[in-house]
Amino acid sequence: MRALELALRQLKYQERAFRRNPPAAFFTIAFPLIFLVILNVIFGSNDMEVGDRVISGAVFYVPAIATLTVVNSCYTSLSMTWVFDRDGGVLKRIRGSPLPGWAFLFGRITHAILLMLVLLVVVVVFGRLFYGVDIPGETMPAVLVTLAVGSFAFCTLGLSIAAVVPNSDAAPAVVNGTILPLLFISDVFIPPSAGTPAWVEHVSSIFPVRHLSEALQTAFNPFTSGAGFEPLHLGVLAAWGVAGLLFTLRFSSWEPRV
Amino acid sequence: MGEAVIEVRGLRKRYGAIEAVRGIDLRIERGEVFALLGPNGAGKTTTVEILEGHRTRSGGEVSVLGFDPGRNEVALKERTGIVLQQTGLEPYLTVAETVDMFRGFYPRPLPLEDILEVVGLDEQRDQRVRRLSGGQQRRLDVAVGLAGNPELLFLDEPTTGFDPSARRGAWSMIRNLRTLGKTVLLTTHYLDEAQALADRVAIMVRGEIVAEDTPAGLVAADADAVIRFRAPEGASPPEGLDVRETEEGLLELRTADPTRDLHALTGWALEAGVALEGLVVSRLSLEDVFLRLTGDQDSEEAP
Repeated sequence: MRALELALRQLKYQERAFRRNPPAAFFTIAFPLIFLVILNVIFGSNDMEVGDRVISGAVFYVPAIATLTVVNSCYTSLSMTWVFDRDGGVLKRIRGSPLPGWAFLFGRITHAILLMLVLLVVVVVFGRLFYGVDIPGETMPAVLVTLAVGSFAFCTLGLSIAAVVPNSDAAPAVVNGTILPLLFISDVFIPPSAGTPAWVEHVSSIFPVRHLSEALQTAFNPFTSGAGFEPLHLGVLAAWGVAGLLFTLRFSSWEPRV
Repeated sequence: MGEAVIEVRGLRKRYGAIEAVRGIDLRIERGEVFALLGPNGAGKTTTVEILEGHRTRSGGEVSVLGFDPGRNEVALKERTGIVLQQTGLEPYLTVAETVDMFRGFYPRPLPLEDILEVVGLDEQRDQRVRRLSGGQQRRLDVAVGLAGNPELLFLDEPTTGFDPSARRGAWSMIRNLRTLGKTVLLTTHYLDEAQALADRVAIMVRGEIVAEDTPAGLVAADADAVIRFRAPEGASPPEGLDVRETEEGLLELRTADPTRDLHALTGWALEAGVALEGLVVSRLSLEDVFLRLTGDQDSEEAP
């Protein structure tokens, strides 16, 4: 009980610190919307073939930006904060106190996920109001389950990459360098097209971003019949998540790397 | 002998080929302010971080409040406070919030007001951490170290980088800790700091403890006084006095019997008609002892 109370207190302080840095908070929230608007301006009027259905660009980009949001909140932000806190001695200080490590981590991860949910609601509502994209009804459970599995995978992978990054100067380069190429080849920024070489798709199928984006496309797609679950994609995502968890437990560090 | 809070026997730490700590022994008793003094790279921080549980050791026995710090036990962490060299606090929280957050981690925290008073941050309580000056941030570090009402407080170089007035302030704060009955292990590379604050001092050089005593005892263990002067070219002081030339070109005489040796020296000077310019008799300072013990070493080994 006490440990849980401590964990929730951590979340409270985390959230307070976030609110007190308005420029950072503003751009964190605006970030997915900026992408949603820009991509819609450029590609929104094109028809796109997703699975065996043709949908409009606007319908494509809501789940695509949802994918970006999950990746950004869990993988990019979490890993960068972890490295910066490790280098700055924040983690070391926590380690020397009686606060259980998991309670601190709970605060960090829960904050990241709550923020992600806020951003997703903003994206979906914005898509409904300005682009007339329907909010999923029958497939909502599939959307939520996909988000849960996706955020689990990208949180543990974010902590894994943080364990690999040697110092905070290297963090932006390593974190962006590992994730941006995947976002480009996994039908997030650029819609699938017939001209894409097959090997690009094969390569991207190894990594988790494509599986999250395809699962979300299905769950959001208004033409999807049934519940909209993609067991294969969810399975691959979960496997990445477990691998990330094991890697984190083995290699994660609370001390600055000298 | 009182109750030992820290006991270390034969502690060793190896980083690859470098041995940063080479078999040291320490015993620190309850209520003592103990300073670990040494040049940069002597192994002070490595030693303290092993005692804090931040680093593993390569060999030896360590007991802190009866615990082995290498085991990462919460029961030990609840009774110690750690002030690291690095700050690492959330910049957007206020002073009071920061201390409160850490107080929440401990079963029997000190009251917030008491902590802020001891470290002298009452007036800054609602200020954000990022707006504090360097000296104030360091005080906040100490405040966070005190949050859980620890029996033992580790202070790793608490005043490095301070201006003289901030150092004086920090010293009076550390003296306040003594009145709370805390045991304090302090590392520093400032001699005056060890002299001003510590009950006992251990001097560490190249991973070994080369001397350990009270500040006064360290000085007394050596010759009692030093006589320095300047003499004209060619003048040779009397035989029987062990006069040496220092790096600054002064003549220097260390003596256990300053009355007699000064008499011999001035007698010779008057007789020979030699003026002893800048003649000074002083007690040997801790700095003299320190410099002799550490030699001319200026190593920058791994921390």
